[in-house]
Amino acid sequence: MSKIDVKMTVNGTEVEKAADPRTLLIHFLREELDITGPHIGCDTSHCGACTVDLDGKSVKSCTMFVGQANGAEVTTIEGISGDDGSLHVLQDAFREHHGLQCGFCTPGMITRAYRLLQENPDPTDEEIRFGIAGNLCRCTGYQNIVKAIRVAAQQLNSAQEAAE
Amino acid sequence: MNDQATPSAAERAEKLQGLGCSRKRVEDARFTQGKGNYIDDMKLPGMLFGDFVRSSYGHARITSINKDAALALPGVIAVLTAEDLKPLNLHYMPTLAGDVQAVLADEKVLFQNQEIAFVIAEDRYIAADAVELVEVDYEELPALVDAFKAMDADAPVLREDLEGKTEGAHGPRNHHNHIFYWEEGDKEGTEKAIAEADVVAEELITYPRCHPSPIETCGCVASMDKVSGKLTIWGTFQAPHAVRTVASLITNIAEHNIRIVSPDIGGGFGNKVGVYPGYICAAVASIVTGVPVKWIEDKIENLTATAFARDYHMTGRIAATKDGKITALDCHVIADHGAFDACADPTKFPAGFFSICTGSYDIPVAHCGVDGVYTNKAPGGVAYRCSFRVTEAAYMIERMIDVLARKLDVDPAELRSKNLIRKEQFPYTSALGWEYDSGDYQTAMDKALAAVDYKALRAEQAANRQAFTNGETRSLMGVGVAFFTEIVGAGPVKNCDILGLGMFDSCEIRIHPTGSAVARLGTISQGQGHATTFAQILATEIGLPAEDITVEEGDTDTAPYGLGTYGSRSTPVAGAAAAMAGRKIRAKAQMIAAYLLEVHDNDLEWDIDRFQVKGNPEQFKTMKELAFAAYNQAVPGIEPGLEAVSYYDPPNMTYPYGAYICVIDVDVDTGVVDVRRFYALDDCGTRINPMIIEGQVHGGLTEALAIAMGQEISYDKLGNVKGGSLMDYYLPTAVETPVWETDHTEVPSPHHPIGAKGVGESPNVGGVPAFSNAVNDAFAHLGLTHTQMPHDHWRVWKTAQSLGITG
Repeated sequence: MSKIDVKMTVNGTEVEKAADPRTLLIHFLREELDITGPHIGCDTSHCGACTVDLDGKSVKSCTMFVGQANGAEVTTIEGISGDDGSLHVLQDAFREHHGLQCGFCTPGMITRAYRLLQENPDPTDEEIRFGIAGNLCRCTGYQNIVKAIRVAAQQLNSAQEAAE
Repeated sequence: MNDQATPSAAERAEKLQGLGCSRKRVEDARFTQGKGNYIDDMKLPGMLFGDFVRSSYGHARITSINKDAALALPGVIAVLTAEDLKPLNLHYMPTLAGDVQAVLADEKVLFQNQEIAFVIAEDRYIAADAVELVEVDYEELPALVDAFKAMDADAPVLREDLEGKTEGAHGPRNHHNHIFYWEEGDKEGTEKAIAEADVVAEELITYPRCHPSPIETCGCVASMDKVSGKLTIWGTFQAPHAVRTVASLITNIAEHNIRIVSPDIGGGFGNKVGVYPGYICAAVASIVTGVPVKWIEDKIENLTATAFARDYHMTGRIAATKDGKITALDCHVIADHGAFDACADPTKFPAGFFSICTGSYDIPVAHCGVDGVYTNKAPGGVAYRCSFRVTEAAYMIERMIDVLARKLDVDPAELRSKNLIRKEQFPYTSALGWEYDSGDYQTAMDKALAAVDYKALRAEQAANRQAFTNGETRSLMGVGVAFFTEIVGAGPVKNCDILGLGMFDSCEIRIHPTGSAVARLGTISQGQGHATTFAQILATEIGLPAEDITVEEGDTDTAPYGLGTYGSRSTPVAGAAAAMAGRKIRAKAQMIAAYLLEVHDNDLEWDIDRFQVKGNPEQFKTMKELAFAAYNQAVPGIEPGLEAVSYYDPPNMTYPYGAYICVIDVDVDTGVVDVRRFYALDDCGTRINPMIIEGQVHGGLTEALAIAMGQEISYDKLGNVKGGSLMDYYLPTAVETPVWETDHTEVPSPHHPIGAKGVGESPNVGGVPAFSNAVNDAFAHLGLTHTQMPHDHWRVWKTAQSLGITG
């Protein structure tokens, strides 16, 4: 199978590689770039463990060919913390409010919440629940995830107000 | 002289972050940054990838397997079939239940998606291509999917390998598809009590086949080091030591030459207890090729081939006096075990602890019997977030109590209260022989009823029913009550073993000279937060801050032998081992302190983080000081160093319990069930970390919601599995999941060193009957006594339709 050239920005770094055209984005990230934060849970686009941020949208990277991400700006869980290594508010909030247990869905869940709070900076609990409905968790029953996202939203909004 | 500015006792205790505090989890730093280390993250030089060719049929004879096209594909290294495994005697493997299971199908396939061939290729894409190129020809045979027909005279013979075997691992087999009959209790006395009773309620209660379905599927990386002769398998193992012993027994590789490592596990819920063909094939492939081989199943394979749960068809009969005192319980179960009996139960309990089915009630006489049968379905029979067959038992009794309440025309909560085991009866021996350790059931029940204002709910329901009759609403309200008792912490070595391995657990502690420590245990966390909570237990026992104690699990080369994590056994068994090992550390530290303070051992007392002289607390040595002294002082009669190991054989099981109340509204025209409120009161004895307990309860309740409201792995008449992907198999999202209200009482276990009982599985055990009782309750006034789970929209609508109330 002839390879295609793929070029994209992943977590702020430009990457250029040859890949089989049928390679899924999740395998490209995990196998070629050793970015193993996004996980594979279901292969059928249901569980959201593979969620990454692509050009400002949450996508399930198990349901996308690498070629479709050509030229894109991709952010994974590894890329959402600050340049100085400080954790994102969401990462702290998930820990503080026990929003994770086995941790397998967590990178996808936080990456989704990261985009959700940009789409809707002040969501209600119902909007949070709807906003993360594409990400399944078997451990937490979502209650503390919702709480963590709500608290993170409040903190981000307070920081925003203070800055203004 | 010690530091004069000694902090207060409260400050010192807080610094330890010990028992009872909501310590934040140490695991979370890596998980929130995507730095977890799960099996599929692992990459070794030269690693190959394995994938299975699986059966298209539920029951068929394999007439030929042609590997040629697959082997011709560039990048394919080998294709293994049963014929390749036979010379190694590895085409069958022993199951945890005393049966054998085909690793690769031997002439016949017995369930759809059964493993037939194992393709080994350079990457997962090539392996998947090669799987498609392996040609298998079949001669289809009639499939047996109805467990009730398994023992018909003309039922097809499934297990030809067992032909002529009239004795199984658990006694006589009286039909070619029979596995065992197991019973407990006084059959004659129970029949007599039922015959003489004022009222008898009878019902067939089915707990459908479902699947634990953690988000991470099962997988492994096997690596045979040809130079050292050592086989290492990293994988999704809930019981790494048991896997090592089994691997040694079936491969004849000496046990010291096998290392089993469980990395981070992305949820287990029972799915990762078993030994699966993928592990064996990956190991054989690595031995054959000399390089590491990875096998990771996909979600469809996970749902259809590894570890189903439940599939119990329970006929209950419950007898009572006319004023509602229960006089007897009988239950007969047809247990559908699938094609191989691979149930994960302690050896002497082929139906697990199903005999806990008298539940939380003082029932004078009882009997239960279970017939296990083979069908053309996947093997498994794991305890999906519960102790062995306890959810089935709790579901049966909690439904039967409601069925009896309808028959007696009394309130189900009142009937429960009338029959609960009373506080003064503990320790209580049930009619089926279990010794319940402790409890105060009525207090828990009363607290729950008061919390939801139960009387007001029933009044509201009466008004709702009137409004429904008047045509003012199309919604019916249901209230489900459940009072469950779990039996967890398996278990005492005298009666609990798996493949002959006693079900003790272990903890080894090493205190470092500077006053920090490492503790290693035979268990393995899959999200329970062991690294956090075991350190809390130890912090309180040994007086060193939890943050200075590293907890390690899951590597058989370093951890002491233990039986792993499932059945809510980690806290009751390994947690106890941790406390006992901590006490050994403290005992030695006390002798060192006595030497340093120049007093007798008995003149010292323990105070949070130190030994102090009785009556003179100014004279003390902190644990940190004693740790250093253990390494730099020559104490007469005492060896240097400060280490301890404890193997804890629990004297009894623990019996967590709880009272759950669920309020729902059913739209009778669509069958949609809206969970308005769910209140859960749990008593898990001493509470180690309230934050983690609450999280466990949230998660368990959500799994209970999934099971009660939608999960089912069913088969059509041809043996095709339905519901084999997340397209059909229900995992609730945040939208369907309600807000959970949690509460607790705290009656410690009298026999556990710190009084803890375990909690992770209680919400699943109690949650399922609470949901199901609520759905049944919504229609109870129309004459419904029982409708089968799962209560998905279609079934609920069908129920409404059968009652003649749909629009």
